[in-house]
Amino acid sequence: MVQLGFYINQSKCVGCKACVVSCKDKNNLEVGINFRRVYEYEEGEYTKEGDGIVPAIKAYSFSISCNHCTSPACLPSCPTKSIIKREEDGIVIVDQEKCIGTRFCIQACPYGAPQFDQEILKMAKCDSCLDLREKGEEPVCVTTCPQHAIEFGPIDDLKKKYGEVNQIIGMPNPLTKPNIVITPHRDAI
Amino acid sequence: MTEENNGNVLNKKIERRTFLKWSGAIGIPAILGGVGAKRFLEKKHLDTASGSVEVEEPETIISTCSINNCGGRCVIKAHVRDGAVVRVSTDTNNEEDILTPQMRACIRGRGYKKMLYHPDRLKYPMKRVGKRGEGKFERISWEEAVETIAKEMKRIGEEHGPESRYVNYASGQSWGLFSGRNMARKLLGMTGGYLNYRNDYSSGAANIATPFTYGTNNSGSSFETLLHTKYIILWGQNPAEMINSTPYMHYLREAKEAGAKVIVIDPRYTDTSIGFADEWVPILPTTDSAMMDAMAYVIVTENLYDKEFVEEFCQGFDNSQMPEGVPGEESLVSYLTGKQDGVEKTPQWAEKICGVPAAKIIEIARAYATTKPAALIQGWGPQRHAYGEQVIRGGAQLASLTGNVGKLGGWAAGTGYWSRSGIVSPISSENPVEASIPCFLWTDAVERGTELTAEDGLQGVDKLNTNIKMIFNIAGNMLVNQHSDINKTTALLEDERKVEFIVVSDLFMTPSAKFADILLPGTSFFERWDIGTPWCYGDYVVAGGKVIDPLYEARNEYDVFADIADHFGLKEEFTEGKSMLDWVKVSIERTREEKDPSFPSFEEFMKNGIHHFKFDEPLIAFKDQIEGNVPFETPSGKIELFSKALYEMNKPKEIPAIAKYIPAWEGPEDPLIEKYPLQLISWHYKRRCHSTHDNNPWLEEAAKQEIWLNPKDAAARGLKDGDRAKVFNDRGEIVIDVKVTARIIEGVAGIPQGAWFTPDDKGIDQRGSVNVLTKQQPTPLAKANPQLTNLVDVKKV
Repeated sequence: MVQLGFYINQSKCVGCKACVVSCKDKNNLEVGINFRRVYEYEEGEYTKEGDGIVPAIKAYSFSISCNHCTSPACLPSCPTKSIIKREEDGIVIVDQEKCIGTRFCIQACPYGAPQFDQEILKMAKCDSCLDLREKGEEPVCVTTCPQHAIEFGPIDDLKKKYGEVNQIIGMPNPLTKPNIVITPHRDAI
Repeated sequence: MTEENNGNVLNKKIERRTFLKWSGAIGIPAILGGVGAKRFLEKKHLDTASGSVEVEEPETIISTCSINNCGGRCVIKAHVRDGAVVRVSTDTNNEEDILTPQMRACIRGRGYKKMLYHPDRLKYPMKRVGKRGEGKFERISWEEAVETIAKEMKRIGEEHGPESRYVNYASGQSWGLFSGRNMARKLLGMTGGYLNYRNDYSSGAANIATPFTYGTNNSGSSFETLLHTKYIILWGQNPAEMINSTPYMHYLREAKEAGAKVIVIDPRYTDTSIGFADEWVPILPTTDSAMMDAMAYVIVTENLYDKEFVEEFCQGFDNSQMPEGVPGEESLVSYLTGKQDGVEKTPQWAEKICGVPAAKIIEIARAYATTKPAALIQGWGPQRHAYGEQVIRGGAQLASLTGNVGKLGGWAAGTGYWSRSGIVSPISSENPVEASIPCFLWTDAVERGTELTAEDGLQGVDKLNTNIKMIFNIAGNMLVNQHSDINKTTALLEDERKVEFIVVSDLFMTPSAKFADILLPGTSFFERWDIGTPWCYGDYVVAGGKVIDPLYEARNEYDVFADIADHFGLKEEFTEGKSMLDWVKVSIERTREEKDPSFPSFEEFMKNGIHHFKFDEPLIAFKDQIEGNVPFETPSGKIELFSKALYEMNKPKEIPAIAKYIPAWEGPEDPLIEKYPLQLISWHYKRRCHSTHDNNPWLEEAAKQEIWLNPKDAAARGLKDGDRAKVFNDRGEIVIDVKVTARIIEGVAGIPQGAWFTPDDKGIDQRGSVNVLTKQQPTPLAKANPQLTNLVDVKKV
């Protein structure tokens, strides 16, 4: 099996959220459901130098969908075994015919990936745009990012190219072995 | 780094939900999220060759382009199935080289499906039945709408004369071959004429000020020149949200990766700062000129200026450079060193005004003067203030002092237009009326048009014969939402004795549309042919393919005005027998013949979706002047640090002959700050293009409408993140959610501009439309909109 995953060049991210909206467009997601999400982080304050303002502000945006973890926390949490990790590429998908909407996966996932669909009362999530990939295309977020800051592919290749960072300030410990590689923003290290 | 130490950002409720009750899209197949994954559950392998893929309706992809007033002009590819747009994608062309980056859409472009199929689309023509502005309308036929408009055009033209007819500034569709406002102008021009306007709301002060220094507004260079720069100052510029131009950030990124240092000067820690800044320098709004003066002081007194350049190309630097008849004390050096007014423009002087530490001003001045070449690039937010002209001339002055004008990798500052996207625009029009007003003064021309004089910016005539009596507001929201002082504007429009007839065409019931007498349902760019041209910058054009037929009874303004022309017996003259598609083809044919033989055929262009014009050399503003002994297009032929033309206006306090800091009304030095202690600015939000997209639920979810307040200002008012608060001054009040953030400095509040004025039954806006709070006082020289100059206070509700 070749495990696939995302690379996020967070150092380039301006937080535009085009990835969030193009994902909603492609997957027809109404307000409240976001397979890909952009989180904003900020800290810091100002000091005075005479009448001058001296900022010491750190802030960044971070785009994340599902990390298609090697040990996905969502999977064992599901009482109906409706979450499946695909053998061929390690992509984690949900079988909505089995899903009864317990939402245990939502509590289990440290990354906020599973999304609850209020209309059908079932879980939904990023499937790495399997349909597009089947046609030889990239996931929609990859071809969306105006900064070209998202890539998708075999995680080992991405690690070779971009290193091993899979956690930044504000992210949970990588206990689930997330298949994500990050080039962190200067304020996120 | 541990989770414990830092807290889990993912658990924070940053992705706040909204209460907005927009219902789902209509007319498109409802596929619920995740269901599509089902068919992959059974398959062992992804194998498209095996024939195991379910047969879907074939998808057609049509490349098109939005032409609203966005700085970006991106490629929108509409995926159509069963006659409906099922999703959009963007430019997928190969990037041949660094000069042909993909023109990828931003968040706004990716949300268009929700606009196209929004349930609130205007669906048929309507006439007003209640009081004007009340929002009560009745459906009518297109025949009745067209006939009524034709009749009123005639009646008002005959009763009040052609100067009473006005086409309001409107930019909802402004960057293509057709635009509704131009169609209205064309027909009015053919039937007696109309009152002209000049200038715009974007860079109004800059457009008038920059030519006094350089002789032109074309002071920008093509973006690839940035790859040669070593130091970039983005002064009040926020391309990450505004998208000044689709390829701009690509070049900024390349410049940064080539080693350029990037400084961002802004009262907010913007998304641009997050993505690009090596250093953020916060500054108080309306005080940029103080920092500029102090930088010039450092550069001049420390002898860091480019002496040869200044000697050869500038006028007014010191008393040896003054035009005849002007005393030496009017020079720049005399002003900076305090000989002129007794005040030395030291960094310490500026620190007290603008809040930037003197040491920081010195550091930036030195770095900018000694790192060559360097690019000071000006945003237009800072010039949207009481004395916005000064900021723009001040920036140009610094670029000139440091000799960064006309050089590869330098930047001349100022307005900064450049364009190399020349296609033929085949539709022309003429207006027999010469009278023109600054666009920001249209409400004055309604109220007291006949009293306007040259002092107010009236041109073409000494006096107007009439006030404005008829307004065409076509694909625009300037009638109410985007003009200053909404309460004052709506009161004016409600009086039916003043403007007698208002025609609006739009996609939605915008705050402006509510004030229509006849309201027409317009088409979106998905529903018509066009060619999209970049804003003021760019060397490409985008194909505007027609994707679907107009929805409901929506009609293109081109066709509507052709039908109105028919009532005057002018239809054939108006259309020349051509459809919109015909005109697109004419443009392409003529462009191939007259401008660029390599321009693709209609079919190729529509297939590729974009055409990049190719050039051997980068475009460098003023290269000819600096290298070729060509004079600048100013009266003196020099860069006019000192302008004799401004000097002769004899209003030195408001219109100085050299760029100067002038304390703004409703700035930090205005005593009114005791009553209203917060400076309120607005900005161009990433989720809107001005007021376009405000009703898009996806975009509101991604970036909601809220006021930014510094934690100290919020705490002083007992406000927490997410609270509702009222923001008010003497002009009105609005109610809005609060975002408490350290990304804005103390004493400054920020509201993203463009939210639709949504009054409750007491007339209090509940959406956060910033122009309830802005003032209708034009800048002194340009008569431009000062919409970032406001004092307010905020209170919990």
